[in-house]
This record gives sequence, C-alpha cells and structure tokens, in this order.
Amino acid sequence: MADNFDPANVLIKAEQLRNSLSPAFRDDIVQSIYSEAEQIAKRSVRSTSQKSVDFDQRVDQIVTSPIFGLPIMLSLLALIIWITVSGANVVSAWISNILFPIGAWGSQLFTQVGIPWYITGFLWDGIYRAMAWIVAVMLPPMAIFFPSFTLLEDLGYLPRVAFNLDWLYKKAGAHGKQSLTMAMGFGCNAAGIISTRIIDSPRERLIAILTNNFVPCNGRFPTLIMLSTVFVAASFSPVWTSIIAATSVVGVVLIGVIFTLVVSWGLSQTILKGQASAFTLELPPYRRPNVMRILYTSLVDRTIFVLGRALQTAAPAGAAIWLLANINVAGTSLATHTANFLQPFGYALGLDGVILLAYIIAIPANEIVVPTMMMMYLGAGSMVDGPGSNEGIRSLLMNQNGWTMLTAINLMLFALLHNPCGTTILTIYHETKSVKWAVWSVVITLGSAIGVTFITATVARLLGWG
Amino acid sequence: MNKPNPKNPLDNCENCPAFSQLEQMGIKTGDFDRIIALAGNPNTGKSTVFNSLTGLNQHTGNWPGKTVSRAEGGYQFNGIKYKLVDLPGTYSLLSASQDEEVARNFILFGHPDCTIVVTDATALERNLNLTIQVMEITEKVVVAVNLMDEAKRKGIEVDTRSLSRDLGVPVVPITARTGEGISTLLTTVADVIEGRTLTKPIHIHGTPEFQQAVESLIPLIEQTAPGVPNPRWIAIRLLDGDPKVQEALKTNQLAQIMREQNQKVDSFSKQISVDGRQ
Repeated sequence: MADNFDPANVLIKAEQLRNSLSPAFRDDIVQSIYSEAEQIAKRSVRSTSQKSVDFDQRVDQIVTSPIFGLPIMLSLLALIIWITVSGANVVSAWISNILFPIGAWGSQLFTQVGIPWYITGFLWDGIYRAMAWIVAVMLPPMAIFFPSFTLLEDLGYLPRVAFNLDWLYKKAGAHGKQSLTMAMGFGCNAAGIISTRIIDSPRERLIAILTNNFVPCNGRFPTLIMLSTVFVAASFSPVWTSIIAATSVVGVVLIGVIFTLVVSWGLSQTILKGQASAFTLELPPYRRPNVMRILYTSLVDRTIFVLGRALQTAAPAGAAIWLLANINVAGTSLATHTANFLQPFGYALGLDGVILLAYIIAIPANEIVVPTMMMMYLGAGSMVDGPGSNEGIRSLLMNQNGWTMLTAINLMLFALLHNPCGTTILTIYHETKSVKWAVWSVVITLGSAIGVTFITATVARLLGWG
Repeated sequence: MNKPNPKNPLDNCENCPAFSQLEQMGIKTGDFDRIIALAGNPNTGKSTVFNSLTGLNQHTGNWPGKTVSRAEGGYQFNGIKYKLVDLPGTYSLLSASQDEEVARNFILFGHPDCTIVVTDATALERNLNLTIQVMEITEKVVVAVNLMDEAKRKGIEVDTRSLSRDLGVPVVPITARTGEGISTLLTTVADVIEGRTLTKPIHIHGTPEFQQAVESLIPLIEQTAPGVPNPRWIAIRLLDGDPKVQEALKTNQLAQIMREQNQKVDSFSKQISVDGRQ
C-alpha cells in the first residue's frame, strides 16, 4: 500500500499500538533495565572494605558544610588570586626588562641603517610594542592562574562549589549548575557559554549564557590585577601590596557574582519568567590531580592558545594605534581627535576618552585593552618604558594624564561589567541561534557597566572625591 | 614529532611491543578506515581514554559534564586507521536533553564500527544502565571498565569475565590515567570490528504484547525510511512517544541526521572542543 510511505501513518499506527499496551509499559521497560543492571552488577562486583568511601564523606562534611563551606571556598579563591598576583608582578617585570630593550634596540638599528621613520615607527613602536605589552601583561597571570585553577578542577572541587552555592541560584530563579559554567568563564567566557549545555532547562540555560560575562575572564584579569597593584595597593607598605591587591581583585570578582545573581533574578522575573528547576548533581570522588598533565594542558595548550589569539589582535591594533597617533589632521593626531570627542562621555563615567577609545579598539579581544590604552597615553615613540615599574605607570597615569583613584576603580568596574568580546558574542549567537539573545547579552552587560560607573562617578563627585 | 611527551602515559611504554603498532594521529582524521564511538556516564574518564589513544589534549576535569560536544581524533593500530569520537557523558539515552541527543544520534546514525562504553568500576551498577541502553542501539560494543586503580583502593573487585558473559560483549579492565589495559582494549576493539570476536548483547524484551507491537511497527519504518539503521530501536522510541524521533520521522529528517553524523564536527566547535579549550 502506497499510504504506508507517509510518515504520518507510521506515527498514527505507533500511537494506536501505544494505547493498546498497558499504561505502565514504559515504567516496565525502565524497571527491567534497572533490575537487569542490578543483577549483573551483583554477580560481578565484590566489595571488601569501606574505608576510603568514608574518607571522601568526611572531607565533604567539612567542605560542603553550611558553616565552613563558603569560607573555605572564598579562601581557596583568594589563595589562587594571591598566588597569581604576587607571582605575576615578578615575572612581568622580568619579561618587560627583556622585551622592551629589544624594541628600543630594533628601532635604533632601523634608524641607523636609514630606514624611513614611518616604517620604523609603524613596525617597532606600533606592532612590536603592542605585542610586547601583551606578552608582558598577559602571559604571567595566565601561566599561574590556569594551572592552579585546573588543579582544583581535577581534584573534584568544582561540583562542591555548585553544591554550596545552589541555594543562592535557586533564590535567583536560576540553575545550580550555573556556578560550574561561571567557573569555566574564569578561563574564557566563550568556553563558559559553551559549557552551559550541561543545563537542561532552556530558560535557565539562557540566564546562564546572558550573565556569564560578569565573571572576569583571563583576558580581563590582567587589567584588574594591574589596577589593583598600581593604585589600590600602592598606599600600603610593600609587605602588604600583594595581599591588598589580591583582596581587591577578590572583591571585584564578588561584585561580579552579586551582579550575576541580581541580573539572573531580574531576568527570571521579567523576560525569562519561571521557577528554578530541580536537578541532581553528582559529587564525584576526590581524585589525585595529574600534575604533569595539568601543567602541559594549561601552559602549552591553553595559555599559548589564548596568548596567540591576543597577539593576533594586538598586531593590527598596534598598527591602528600608531596610525591614529601619527596621522595629523589640523595639527593634532587622529587619536587625540577621537579621544577628545569621547572625552565628555568618558568623564561622565569617571573614565576618559582614551579609555573608551581603547575599549572600542579592543572589541575583538579584551586582552588588548591595557596595552592599547597605555600606548595611547605614551604617545608615538617618545617613551619605551614597559610595564616593569609600578611607580612609572602610576606617575604616567596620575601626574601626566589626570587619573584619580576614581578613574582606577571605575575602570575596574567597567572591565568587570562591560560587553563580551567579539568571540564571546559570536559564541552566544551560535549557542542560542538567535541574534536577539546575542544583542541582549551586549545590552545587559554594557547597560550595567555604563549605569554602575555613571552612578559611582556622580556620587563620588558629589561627595567632593575624585 | 617523535620527542617524548610527558603528558602522555603511553610514551612510557614506547618500546613495549604491544604499543609499537599504535600511532597517535591527533586530528588528522582525513581518511580513516574505521569509526569508533566513546560513550559512557559522565565523569568516567572517556576524555582520558580519548587523549591516550589520539595524543590529543581534550581537556579533562573531575566533574560530570566537562565534555559538552563531540570531539574527534584519530589513531592507527596494526596498519588500520581509526577515527575516535568522544561523546558527551550521559546517564541514559532515553530522555532528550541536548547532550543525550548528541550521543544517541551518533551511536545510531553515525554508523560507528564499534562503540566503546567507558564505565566506572566504582559505580558499575549505575553505569550498566547506560551500557544496556547502548546495546539496544548497536551490537558492536566493547565495555571498558575504567578507574580500576580507584576501585582497588576502595576495596572493590570487578570480575570482568562474569560481566562479559552476562552482557554478551567483551569487557576490558583499564586504568586510563596510567595507560594500563589500553593495549588490550585496542586489540579487543579491532577483533570486534573485524568479526574475530562475535558480540551477542543481551536485550531487554519487555512483555509479549510490547514485543508484538515492536514487530508490527518495524516493517512500516523500513518502508518509510529505507536504509535506516536499527528500525527496532526507532520502533521502541516511537512506542515510547519520543518527540525528537517522531519529529525526525515526520519531517523526513532521519536521512539528514544520518548525513550530519558523518560530517566533520563543524570548525567552530572543533576549535574549542577538539583542541580542548574548555
């Protein structure tokens, strides 16, 4: 019969057959799978002792306890960030003491050989210097943060974090596994957004996608670390510098978590209405991390990959900055024109025109915000000092470019809250298959960034501060 | 590219005769002779098995849900080139969350020559639920009982012979972290693919009425969607009222889903997941 070829008929037939079966047939099948599995397992598994199961349970009683759970989690986060901050400063100084003299030497050599100034400037003061900045500022924090974080991940600690924070997400109308996706966001927000696939409910998955950017990724960590070290911690004695700097970075991360919860709550009250769904979360046994493998994957694989991506965007950005700074219209450079144009808006946010211009140039990759900004402040070729000295940076920004403490704090807030980088926006589009949600992610984050910095700037100025 | 690779436990046994036939091919899966799927519960070490066979660095982590998309890699063993597909970990193949769909679509429509079900020796009973469901879909199954070292520490013994007899498929004990048992796994998989080892997996039959209903649907499905692999499984899913399978049949997408499974993972997710940036 030709009719049989119509799929609809197959479905109708299936439905008829289904109705003819006893209503419990589904449960019967699942039940028989389970009992079969149970019998087979019983025949082939023999357990002789109980002792190490108890060990995991004892650890979990402390790590996931209502009293110690959160403090332990915060201490671990603070410890990792402290190791990153204190280690990164030292290594950054080493790297810039090697890379920046090379730049000076190269540019000198070119000049001596008689190569025109604009080629020398474009190559050495533009492209090379942007790339040197990236390596000096980005590489050390990543090379320390990635392995330390992966260590916790391999140990099996992350699901415990989700367990501890579950009640908060439930209150916000979001999914408890969202904290796992946020943990992935520390590495890279694009990866964090892909990891939201572990959330089954589409509504809660969208919330996790739209708020993932409030976790500062590795591209933004260096900005936070540099600002905390150079400004917030500067007024304390050197012994305390790294501790104060780490504390303020932890503070920024916590502000990000608060924002995530508040925005998640807001979304689940408005455009993504609904209740938090129930789920089961498996707490895996603690496993001894494979240290060699962690070092390999996080250094060779992840760090080099992120650094490579940053360098790819840094080269053209460096070229663009050099051109903007060296093409003059009506006596002033294009960079100055643009920065002046953006200045009133930047001022209202407690920032300035140069910072906003740096953010626009850095849309493809957040990693290059600091280098872009510094290169514009440094001007075209007059100063070749790298990020080696904190005093140097502070004096450049405060004495020569009118920064205040307010600028530094607002830039940290802006770095935390502003729009996702190009790759992340593209990932949101791929994962949601919707332009609407990709646009929403930008609106929500950029809106928060502008709103918050505007408020802090206005309040601070009303109080006569900044 | 022959320098020792500290991340890879297999390199310690480079000179061992069983390994001389293994060549890790990374992502060069351009032309391959056989396809193998890696399935299993979350957090049983599928990605670790994947890494030790292919030499790739799919990121691993000790939490369920680390792998969210399909990752592909290759290896060569005894002169035959294998493509290995790492699937997201799932507890079952019956419901329709996104990762379960990725896994079952591939096992059913990707025509893997063999499916390795990686199980956790310390939680075997729960893992067998998925194993039985995989064996409903495909006959060519090898069960790898992973984390044998952890089981030993916890005082758990697994009798893999008895397990193999009960399941009707080969069972290989392994410790993927150290590479123990991997060479036996390779040989076993090759034997199953080439028909040197025959598999006869157990099936859950259900009531006689249910059997009859399944039998009467199969010919209809074969006529409507000719060439579909395992019409029996589709019949069971239709009786169960699985919306994804209904939708796929209604809109004639079965053919398209089949085609998609044999395409390369699209470059975007490949960059992030195969190269392991998660």
